Amino acid sequence: MTELLNYIIVSVVLVAIGIYGLVVKRNAVRMLFALEIIANAANLNLVAFSRNLSNAQGQVFALFSIAIAAAEVAVGLGIIIIAYRLYKDIDVEEFKSMRG
Amino acid sequence: MADPVFIGVAVLTIGSAIISLETRELVYGAIALAISMMGIAGFFLLLDAPFVAMFQIAVYVGAVAVLVIFTVMLVRTQALFTTKEDKGRKSAGIVLMLIFMAGIGAVFLVSGLNSQTFGNPKAPPIDFVAIGKQMLTYYSPALIILALTLAGAVIGALALARRQEIEQKNDRTA
Repeated sequence: MTELLNYIIVSVVLVAIGIYGLVVKRNAVRMLFALEIIANAANLNLVAFSRNLSNAQGQVFALFSIAIAAAEVAVGLGIIIIAYRLYKDIDVEEFKSMRG
Repeated sequence: MADPVFIGVAVLTIGSAIISLETRELVYGAIALAISMMGIAGFFLLLDAPFVAMFQIAVYVGAVAVLVIFTVMLVRTQALFTTKEDKGRKSAGIVLMLIFMAGIGAVFLVSGLNSQTFGNPKAPPIDFVAIGKQMLTYYSPALIILALTLAGAVIGALALARRQEIEQKNDRTA
């Protein structure tokens, strides 16, 4: 096992945990947690390859990705607050109709 | 085999990622998610990328975790305990996770990445001057679009979260 492969294995495990969370959880906040875990696994891969290929572009992409993920969390939490106001619950199976 | 620091950080990251999804209290889940993000930042430090690591800590542990904790506090706590998972769905999720892990993991293990000839882990680490140069020359349009996207997202989040009826009532009484 090379050093790069160790990081890739950790990243695969994190993505699998995130997919499990997205499939099983019905709580909207927890689904957001799972999304964050998947995004972080991707960032880990970018930086690991950047280190191994000695290329700065991987780190630049990781920085962009972190910034976009922050925006995504802000919008996601805004949507969750709206949904809570409309349905008094954050269970995604309760969001039967998405009327405003 | 991998060095003990790597194994420690990997156990911390993966363990707290699982805890963040499985703990009953959502606030503890948010804290466990922050610890998991710190673990990822530790990986970045191990990969000689201190700038990305500090960015990760500032954005994820500093901003996102606090935002999530605030939202969890805003959303009434009783609502968080009503979510019941059915057993079949949970076991199906675990089976899917294991299949994914074994499948993708096996692909990587037999691929060309698992040879000493791919890349060079002993190469000199990337200086962050190089990152700044890339960002302000070749990726400067991407940087501008990123800034516009962030501004749009923040304004959109504000517009989503504001309470129109209350504002209208306040206008009428004022």
